[in-house]
Amino acid sequence: MASNAEEKAESARTRSAWLLSTPALIVLLFAASGPLLIVVTYSFLTPGQYGNVVWNFDLSGWVGILFSKDIFDGTWHLADAHLSIFWRSVKLSLLTTAITFAVGFPTAWFIATRPPTQRALWLFLITIPFWTNLLIRTIAINEVIRNEGLLNTVLIWIGVISTPLHIIYTDTAVLIGMAYVYLPLMVLPLYAAIDRFDMRLLEAGYDLYASRIQVLRRVILPIVKPGIIAGSILVFVPSLGAYVTPRVLGGGKNMMIGNFIELQFGQARNWPLGAALSMTLLIVVMAALLVYVKASTREGNPHG
Amino acid sequence: MANPSFEVARLPGFRFIAMAVFVVLYLPIITLVVYSFNAGQSVALWEGFSLTWYHSAWQNEAVKGATFRSLIIAASASGIATTVATMAALGTTRRKAFKGQTFIYVMINQPLMVPEIVTAVALLIFFASIKVATGYNGLIYLIIAHAAFCIPFAYLPIRARLEGMDLTLETAAADLYASHWLTFRRVTLPLMLPGIIAGAMLAFVISLDDVVITEFVKSGGQDTLPTYMLGQMRRAVTPEVNAISSVLLALTVVMLTAFFLLTRKKD
Repeated sequence: MASNAEEKAESARTRSAWLLSTPALIVLLFAASGPLLIVVTYSFLTPGQYGNVVWNFDLSGWVGILFSKDIFDGTWHLADAHLSIFWRSVKLSLLTTAITFAVGFPTAWFIATRPPTQRALWLFLITIPFWTNLLIRTIAINEVIRNEGLLNTVLIWIGVISTPLHIIYTDTAVLIGMAYVYLPLMVLPLYAAIDRFDMRLLEAGYDLYASRIQVLRRVILPIVKPGIIAGSILVFVPSLGAYVTPRVLGGGKNMMIGNFIELQFGQARNWPLGAALSMTLLIVVMAALLVYVKASTREGNPHG
Repeated sequence: MANPSFEVARLPGFRFIAMAVFVVLYLPIITLVVYSFNAGQSVALWEGFSLTWYHSAWQNEAVKGATFRSLIIAASASGIATTVATMAALGTTRRKAFKGQTFIYVMINQPLMVPEIVTAVALLIFFASIKVATGYNGLIYLIIAHAAFCIPFAYLPIRARLEGMDLTLETAAADLYASHWLTFRRVTLPLMLPGIIAGAMLAFVISLDDVVITEFVKSGGQDTLPTYMLGQMRRAVTPEVNAISSVLLALTVVMLTAFFLLTRKKD
């Protein structure tokens, strides 16, 4: 009888958990998860002439990711323009990850080796940009690298250059912008990993006559690897789906996937292609996040 | 400097890079704020201190409308998100694992995982058909969209607060014959209030800052401050954008500082 009562109490608890979560689930289903299913559906339909779709099953949205149809003879061939956009997105995202790691690791190390009383302040200085508006930070970096911006003004004033550097509206501008806005996403997980690092291991390394480079390569990096993976994915994922930064700093020409998707719902009027592209992006991001989850579960196990 | 690990932990060049990172991180933002007080048109040439651009932004009807909409949306969306997130946090914390727990977690955290552009496209498609079917084009779409992606931001601090709470106080209340509701109102709710306020503020900031989803969901004439600024970036930048940015920045910093003070763990 006791087990029966326990079971009843258990199912009442489960019911109350679900009841209390229901309002949140309804909002999310309506305005976050549910609409994703509509995107899947739309990717298999025929584009309408003035945008939207015609309700006909059609694979052209998915095929259109890699191929485009010749308007005159109707043959399909590889879409070079699309490939160059994908390549730019992947290349810039990887470079952003590499740059943020190169400068983010020393920063995280610096913060983690401060005396405990100072650490909170340094961390707060990294967290503030992390929570400030991405658009504002993009506008701020735009003011620095524009043709008449701070960087060129200063460089011309000290006489390093005589004509302004044309950085704005190039891939380099997008790269600088993304590295700038996503840097905190690299520093925070790296800091979390380094903070748990046992500094006595360094003494052990040096006692065994390891050089600084050897200690870094053979002791520090392998141990903080889960933090490196976490930071890299946290930077890579938003970079790949970036929309605001390439739009503001890349001008109209230097599109990334995010802008290319928007184009399909705007001037290009090809909603199924836009839907198929969104799903592709989602799948790539989900794969990256799976790696992240695996890495962070391993992090919990010191012997793993 | 008695700490022996201090010297060992030094790696050459790291301090220099870290200092450079902090300078590079803050210099553009500081420049933006400083030039919002510039008297001249230029964003590079300093022509003296003035509040011209704040004044002209304030006089601009488009900016006024966008400010008003941003605040309405952020207040409503964070209100909805915080309410439903508080309930969900009460439902999902401080109990043994239950059937469907993972599903609820995944659903709540989903807006953090799906790229914003994908959600934006999904909402564009979904709301476009509702707009056509009902003929209604109001702000409700933006409010619901914002409420949805604000839920995880409201939920996480509330859950953290609940998990750190002392269960014995509620047991004590129950021992003193307080009803469930009375215990909740007089013990649980006051204890979890800092978490709720922190969650609400985070949700408010997140809603206020959103660009991508708003840009795709808004109907004509529904610009918020960030989408208005994004539109302005197509033309030459005027210090008016700097002035708006600075005000938003100040608001964010104030709310974040309050957030950190509220969620700070006592030693």
